[in-house]
Amino acid sequence: MAFIRNSDELAAVQNANVGKVELAPDSGKTRIVVGLATCGIAAGATPIFDALVKAAAEFGSDDITVSQTGCVGICQYEPVFEVYKAGQPRVTYVKMTAEKALEVFEKHIKGGEVITEYTVGANNASGTPEEATSIEDTKFYAKQKRVAMRNCGVIDPENIDEYIARDGYKALNRVLTSMTPDDVIKVMLDSGLRGRGGAGFPAGRKWMFAKASQSDKKYVCCNADEGDPGAFMDRSVLEGDPHAIIEAMAIAGYAIGSDEGYIYVRAEYPIAIKRLQIAIDAAHEYGLLGSNIFGTDFSFELKLRFGAGAFVCGEETALMTSIEGNRGEPRPRPPFPAVKGLFGQPTILNNVETYANVAQIILRGADWFSSMGTEKSKGTKVFALGGNITNTGLVEIPMGTTLRTVIDEIGGGIPDGKKFKAAQTGGPSGGCIPASLQDTEIDYDNLLAIGAMMGSGGLIVMDEDTCMVDIARFFLDFTVDESCGKCAPCRIGTKRLLETLDKIIAGNGELADLDKLEELCNYIKSASLCGLGQTAPNPVLSTLHYFRDEYIAHVVDKKCPAGVCKELLSYEIIAEKCKGCTACIRVCPVGAISGEVKKPHTIDSSKCIKCGACMEKCKFGAIVRK
Amino acid sequence: MKKKQTTVAFRGTPEQEAQLKAVIEKYRGTKGAMLPILQEAQDIYGYLPIEVQTIIARETGVSLTEIYGIASFYSQFKLNPAGEVAINVCLGTACYVKGSQDVIDEITAQLGVASGSVSPDGKFSLEATRCIGACGLAPVMTINGDVYGRVKKNEIAGILAKYK
Repeated sequence: MAFIRNSDELAAVQNANVGKVELAPDSGKTRIVVGLATCGIAAGATPIFDALVKAAAEFGSDDITVSQTGCVGICQYEPVFEVYKAGQPRVTYVKMTAEKALEVFEKHIKGGEVITEYTVGANNASGTPEEATSIEDTKFYAKQKRVAMRNCGVIDPENIDEYIARDGYKALNRVLTSMTPDDVIKVMLDSGLRGRGGAGFPAGRKWMFAKASQSDKKYVCCNADEGDPGAFMDRSVLEGDPHAIIEAMAIAGYAIGSDEGYIYVRAEYPIAIKRLQIAIDAAHEYGLLGSNIFGTDFSFELKLRFGAGAFVCGEETALMTSIEGNRGEPRPRPPFPAVKGLFGQPTILNNVETYANVAQIILRGADWFSSMGTEKSKGTKVFALGGNITNTGLVEIPMGTTLRTVIDEIGGGIPDGKKFKAAQTGGPSGGCIPASLQDTEIDYDNLLAIGAMMGSGGLIVMDEDTCMVDIARFFLDFTVDESCGKCAPCRIGTKRLLETLDKIIAGNGELADLDKLEELCNYIKSASLCGLGQTAPNPVLSTLHYFRDEYIAHVVDKKCPAGVCKELLSYEIIAEKCKGCTACIRVCPVGAISGEVKKPHTIDSSKCIKCGACMEKCKFGAIVRK
Repeated sequence: MKKKQTTVAFRGTPEQEAQLKAVIEKYRGTKGAMLPILQEAQDIYGYLPIEVQTIIARETGVSLTEIYGIASFYSQFKLNPAGEVAINVCLGTACYVKGSQDVIDEITAQLGVASGSVSPDGKFSLEATRCIGACGLAPVMTINGDVYGRVKKNEIAGILAKYK
């Protein structure tokens, strides 16, 4: 256990540990890392880890280490472990079991023979094998660039030495010993880093405002209350690289003149909480948190606070009200948190992914960072790719990558030969991007211009079987539940929106309802107190804009083109295909089907409850849903 | 989210009350401590019945209405006890798109327990939860902490049988 007082001592810890993480080609060592983030554990990675640890202990060689690590981003293939043999390329084994892992241990670790059929390329989710034995060589990975997630899946998140081995705390050392707070803020401004939590406000400007505020006490906060359904990159960073957040918050503290920080993390992320606590304790032991860090007069303390499951607490003022111990309701701005925030003091709040970029920007320079991305959106963005797509997982791409690249190349396209219909970004605050806009370059401004938004980076892909009215309803149902109730436009307006959507889905909608929806959306957007209400109508507006024909089909033809909205479905029997076997008559729970044996049957639509049992039962494909 | 205070009788023990008082003592003087106190109180009792909120109000000097306001605001705080077998089905976007509503409907059909409620014998409780962040495994449900990924409708009976 080291106590680090200066850059020499930091370098000594790094030099002592670098060989463990990055194996020298002639060292003869082997490093096995098992993905033990939430998704890996859920998929059954723990017994695999235990089996490998046991096998390595029985083999008894000091040259083989087995480590846990965070998530490498390929959820689709969990459980995953990777083998690094000195001087050889990395090998990624996927969809592992304990038995397979032991087989790998025998043949590959001991025998030096890669079991290709267990590797990532051979198990390609699209069904077409690739040659890649390492994740780095897959199409999924080829266009990605890891900055925020550079340590995820590489280091053991519970071991501070491994973080230091990968240049950890070097940026904090540089900042404290050779930069003024203004220098730090200038680098942040020049880098063009914008908030990764949603709205994309430039991080450097936030810091600048907070520094300019005069006060004895200031706070640095981290928003780790990742609430957007479908987004989990913050969890992955916290579980895979917690020290990156701690280091960045200390840097922010130095820049604005604060000695205390809070990380507000979801209680639903127990592993992230555990690893953050371990990381904070280790940083304290090493003297990288606490008093007089690196022998300077800068001191910084970090505390954890657990979110209690309120989506609105992702809004900055609501989050601070919640840390103060109250109902997490937002308050009007101004005053902005940089002037009057947590406990009434100047405060900055950034998102996990934003902080994950900070140390890299300090070390590699603002120019390096701003060389990636588009004119107004610099760097990379992590997306949680999910829904109807072949490769689900976390992908980190340079800003400006097109949606088509993400879906077709990285995501491997839509499974089961279905057609791509839309992608939803920004969760309940965002919108749907239709297939016609697939070539949009993803950045903050382009997404806003087409009625979606970056949000925290959930990217849900939907195929042709998805009903866009139903999706809008789904998000509204969410915002109605999560509206805190403080301001009327959001509390009442979202409820009225939901009721109108329900009416349309039930087949009782009229054309005039579509105009009313639009009008109400605009009122809610302009009159709500906080970001939740101001963005809540987006899912309705964007689906109305791009998929108005589907809404019209619901209200005029009383049909759901995607076949999702039950009330609007009808089942019919195609007389030519019906053999009259009576199977459907026997399975119908309400006796809606009639007909004689060996003669075509018919469905009485007034009795039919649209359960679909008959269609499942029919062997001849004679029953269709319309 | 709409919440109602439970009608199930309170079965708190003196040991639990002593634990709770120790928690409150630990946070005395800490700014913004009400959330951590309620979170730890829920760890002790499993939920936050009015009796527990009353103890907290008495010990901290914060009014019961304010505490109830906080307890009812956050979805993490349960005003009802969970069943012996707690079933949570994720209704996040990815799971929803992959059919988790069907999973909920199927469980309701099989157990007669509606989402957000407990069976009368206190055995099964069913909750639709927010995204649990395992979207790659959608649709996902957890039963007493065991995670089931890529759940298919026809697998549900088999899974539930393990807990009956």
